Amino acid sequence: MARALPASRLLPRRGPAPLLLSGLALAAVAALAVAVGGVHIAPGELLGALLDGVTGRLHGTTDTIVWQLRLPRVLMAATVGASLALAGAAFQGVFRNPLADPYLLGAASGAGFGASLVLVLAGSVPWLARLGVPWAAFACALATVAAVVALARQGARLPTVSLILAGVVLGSSLAAATSFLMLASRDRAAGILSWLLGSFAFSSWDGLLAMLPLALPAAALLLLAGRSLDVMQLGEEAAAQLGVPVESVKFALLGAATLATAAAVSAAGVIGFVGLVVPHAVRLAFGPAHGRLLPLSALWGALFLVLADLVARTVLAPAEIPVGIVTALVGGPFFLALLRRQQRGR
Amino acid sequence: MSLEARGVTAGYGGTDVLVGADVAVRPGEMVGIIGPNGAGKSTLLRALTRRLPLRAGHVLLDDRELDRWPRLALARALAVVPQTATLPPGYTVAELVAMGRTPHQGLWRPASREDREAVSWALDHTDTRHLRDRSAEELSGGERQRVVLARALAQRPRMLLLDEPTTHLDLRYQVELLTLTRHEVARGLGALVVLHDLNLAARACDRLAVLSAGRVVAQGTASEVLTAPLVRRVFGEGVEVRPDGERPLVLPRFGGT
Repeated sequence: MARALPASRLLPRRGPAPLLLSGLALAAVAALAVAVGGVHIAPGELLGALLDGVTGRLHGTTDTIVWQLRLPRVLMAATVGASLALAGAAFQGVFRNPLADPYLLGAASGAGFGASLVLVLAGSVPWLARLGVPWAAFACALATVAAVVALARQGARLPTVSLILAGVVLGSSLAAATSFLMLASRDRAAGILSWLLGSFAFSSWDGLLAMLPLALPAAALLLLAGRSLDVMQLGEEAAAQLGVPVESVKFALLGAATLATAAAVSAAGVIGFVGLVVPHAVRLAFGPAHGRLLPLSALWGALFLVLADLVARTVLAPAEIPVGIVTALVGGPFFLALLRRQQRGR
Repeated sequence: MSLEARGVTAGYGGTDVLVGADVAVRPGEMVGIIGPNGAGKSTLLRALTRRLPLRAGHVLLDDRELDRWPRLALARALAVVPQTATLPPGYTVAELVAMGRTPHQGLWRPASREDREAVSWALDHTDTRHLRDRSAEELSGGERQRVVLARALAQRPRMLLLDEPTTHLDLRYQVELLTLTRHEVARGLGALVVLHDLNLAARACDRLAVLSAGRVVAQGTASEVLTAPLVRRVFGEGVEVRPDGERPLVLPRFGGT
């Protein structure tokens, strides 16, 4: 019987072509996002402004818009998108479950709770105000995941099921606590909600420079983990038989993915969907081997979030929609279409 | 390189499933482990691969305590074909077989020429080369087990452990898989295979070890081990043993006949 060629086989899966083309696509979308907005910048002007910045001779409003407003915002969206998608790919690989996402172990609920605490109590507790929303979110995200790991571990082992259960339970408790904070101080509720839904409206070079030292090492470690994640897909016992130190690999990868997630969430709020769906879409299109899946997830996560942020700030301009709403509204149908196409290809 | 269990006791919780077991496999030899359900066959295999801590006794690989082998060196020397292996969907056969090179390649290094040659050799020797671009979920049961064997052979081990590798296969693939394994045994590999089918074990293996209630109750060639009194004692009265040269036939017997 003739077998229909799966849709995935129509795309180049080998060699450097997928990475190269994805990189070019990201660069094109990033350039578009810098050019489009309240003030449209023509390609020639954009090039000129970029050159002015590189040579250190900034002048005129175009240069200011490009270098002070749009570029940090686009780079921040790209960094956050790449971090979330990479962390999502790692979580799905470690748990061998396509429904895993970077928030599975409570990083989002922890960050949300930390941010809410600052937003509600900053007026009365000076040290919380000095800490600021991003660092409070970052610290609470890490603390939550650390607590989940501590609750789930049995000696040197980290059983997957207990890990997921502890993550879900602790996450729900913290989400409930956040809801309570919102109800208890209704004047701050809108601020908390819009932080929870994510935004790049306050992106700056300082924010980007604070995030990169955390996100880059985590990303580097995850990008190098392709082979171990591939072997882990055979099951933990088979991986151990092939000489993989399964528990150490799990600890290292979950640690790096959590760091990337916490950095992303503290910079831009809880943006859903990217970490769950981008690695999934990349897997459908380019196959499951992690040597390709990890870098391609990073590139497409960046591209997706830059595009989502462009939509978020332009469709209702001058008002902005939370980018988390756009990722789900735009990404959902796209993903379902991809899924349908893949199923028909079988 | 030989693998030897000396007085191995192992178990789960409060019970010892395996008691004082002695089994040895030498290079160029295929040893079959047979015995009824619950006799401790899988437990023995787990003890032999360090997946289960020993409560007493020793497991020696190449005369060296298993616990004293470094992780990667052990994975290079000893390969396992599990009863039902997970073959993650979407990966091609070539990618899956290449995973057998992990203990040689490590987790960071790209594939060397030696790695590629070992994979190519394993594909050829298991008759799976034509499947190399197929993905895991497109394989039949017989093809899957051959791919798992190919992965184990790509490890280039000196000792191969197989846990009921023929369970879901029809007769043709049972014979085929064990023939492929025997082929490597003839070239110096040591193999220990857990089998349910006594006749298959009698014909495929050089020696048999019979496990009953956690103890090794007989060891030797098929004709030495598969005697009527022993087989009845271990498997119950519903069997009949017919001498058939070196390899006796064990047949089921139903009431009255």
